[in-house]
Amino acid sequence: MATFFGEVLSVYSRAVEEDDEDLDDENEDEQIHRAIEEKREVHIAWCPEVAQSLEGKLQCSELIIAVGTNAAGFLSAYVLNTESWDAVGHASLWNERSRGSSRQSIAPLPGEPACLFYRHRDNPAVLVCQSTCYIAEDQLFQWTEKVFGCLQKRGLSVMVLSDSPVAEYKTPDYLYGSAVPFLRSLKSSASKSQALCPALEQPNILTGLPAAVLSHCQVHQIPAVLYQCYTDVISPDSITMETYKPALLCLSKLVKLEPCLSADVLRKFAIITEAQSNLYT
Amino acid sequence: MNWNADCEPGLILIHRFMYSSPELRLAVLQIRTPIIQTKSKKFCKLMVSWIKASGFSRTVLLSSSHAYQRDDQQLLGTPLRYLQTPSMQKVTGDRLKEMEWREMETVSTFPGVTDSEQRLYIPGGGATKGLFTDSCAEDIPLVVVLIFCSEGDNIPDAFTLLNHLNTWLHLVDAPAQMQPKWRIPASWRLLFGSGIPPALF
Repeated sequence: MATFFGEVLSVYSRAVEEDDEDLDDENEDEQIHRAIEEKREVHIAWCPEVAQSLEGKLQCSELIIAVGTNAAGFLSAYVLNTESWDAVGHASLWNERSRGSSRQSIAPLPGEPACLFYRHRDNPAVLVCQSTCYIAEDQLFQWTEKVFGCLQKRGLSVMVLSDSPVAEYKTPDYLYGSAVPFLRSLKSSASKSQALCPALEQPNILTGLPAAVLSHCQVHQIPAVLYQCYTDVISPDSITMETYKPALLCLSKLVKLEPCLSADVLRKFAIITEAQSNLYT
Repeated sequence: MNWNADCEPGLILIHRFMYSSPELRLAVLQIRTPIIQTKSKKFCKLMVSWIKASGFSRTVLLSSSHAYQRDDQQLLGTPLRYLQTPSMQKVTGDRLKEMEWREMETVSTFPGVTDSEQRLYIPGGGATKGLFTDSCAEDIPLVVVLIFCSEGDNIPDAFTLLNHLNTWLHLVDAPAQMQPKWRIPASWRLLFGSGIPPALF
């Protein structure tokens, strides 16, 4: 779509797909559909000790979900860097953009886009989820149903940290570069917590996993807060990661933040991005 | 849900919202996102059984279709069309025809070969056709009111569709020969992106 000034905006079509429901109930078609559906199914694999206790539901008071490389990197650097966190499970799924994470039984390799769950050793009621893999639209509902299906709803509250490019942020004023990165929040109606940053303004729209999680929490009356970080850097960087710091300060009783960023952890991310961008080397 | 909900700052609005007005005896279901294609059939089935269970006396489905796929006869005159199920026909009779509303034309299944086989075709309408055909089968009084529109700024199309509906249902009072004043939802702002740099001028 072109604006008044002629620049071309990448606006997604709001028209809905061609209706293709002339698909007859032929057996062959149905078999193919079933096979595709099976292939695209989301599996949640827990480690044996958690799986054992799953017969009831997992007692969890705080679920922290980080979506995107910066949000996940923030948790790796500031929270999960201590010895007191155990990897307890992962979600495996297959779609066009995340082909690697479909191995159900094997945990993803380090550095591979994935969706991982961690639990605090001393306080098992805190569950952390790092999601860096792409989850397709048709898999989001499944993901939320399956993950929240494992958790006790009573006493649960959810926090979502999510990355977003600043180009997707809409504001009537022109956004100066110096203001970026910044944080915006959105709460489900059941959440009573005081937000630490301005609320996300209309007409901004959330998509993907953060939207799916928040919708699930809104429908099931689970208190949830989202902190969305708008950044102008594509690759993981420490300034963007630091933006999330205030969000976790309110959970300081449950989650201890590392006071200073570990250079080792940052270096790991830097190596990954360097390898991908060799345009000028 | 409050009618003004979308103007409250910080309030979360999700993919479906139900509004109701006891004075108007009206319920509005807003479907804000497209339906995942493989789930469309299931969605229609669930919607139709919900409409049936709720016992609405009549249901109006507001929708749209691609303007660029109109055939020659559809290009002439108004971009607004309607479709009604047989059981709606029993309730309203020829009321819509008397108001000079135009029924959605069928198109030939094999254009250019034979015109003997006609079918209902709503390109870009998503679940509209499925909901309509399921409602026909389930004997639900339902009217589809749709507008042909193009990609881009569809705010004028939305007003046209709403004013058109209001001439039939009189949901909002309007002075004679005038259109009612509608309140624009906050989500319609900044359709073409953020503000422009002031240094430009």
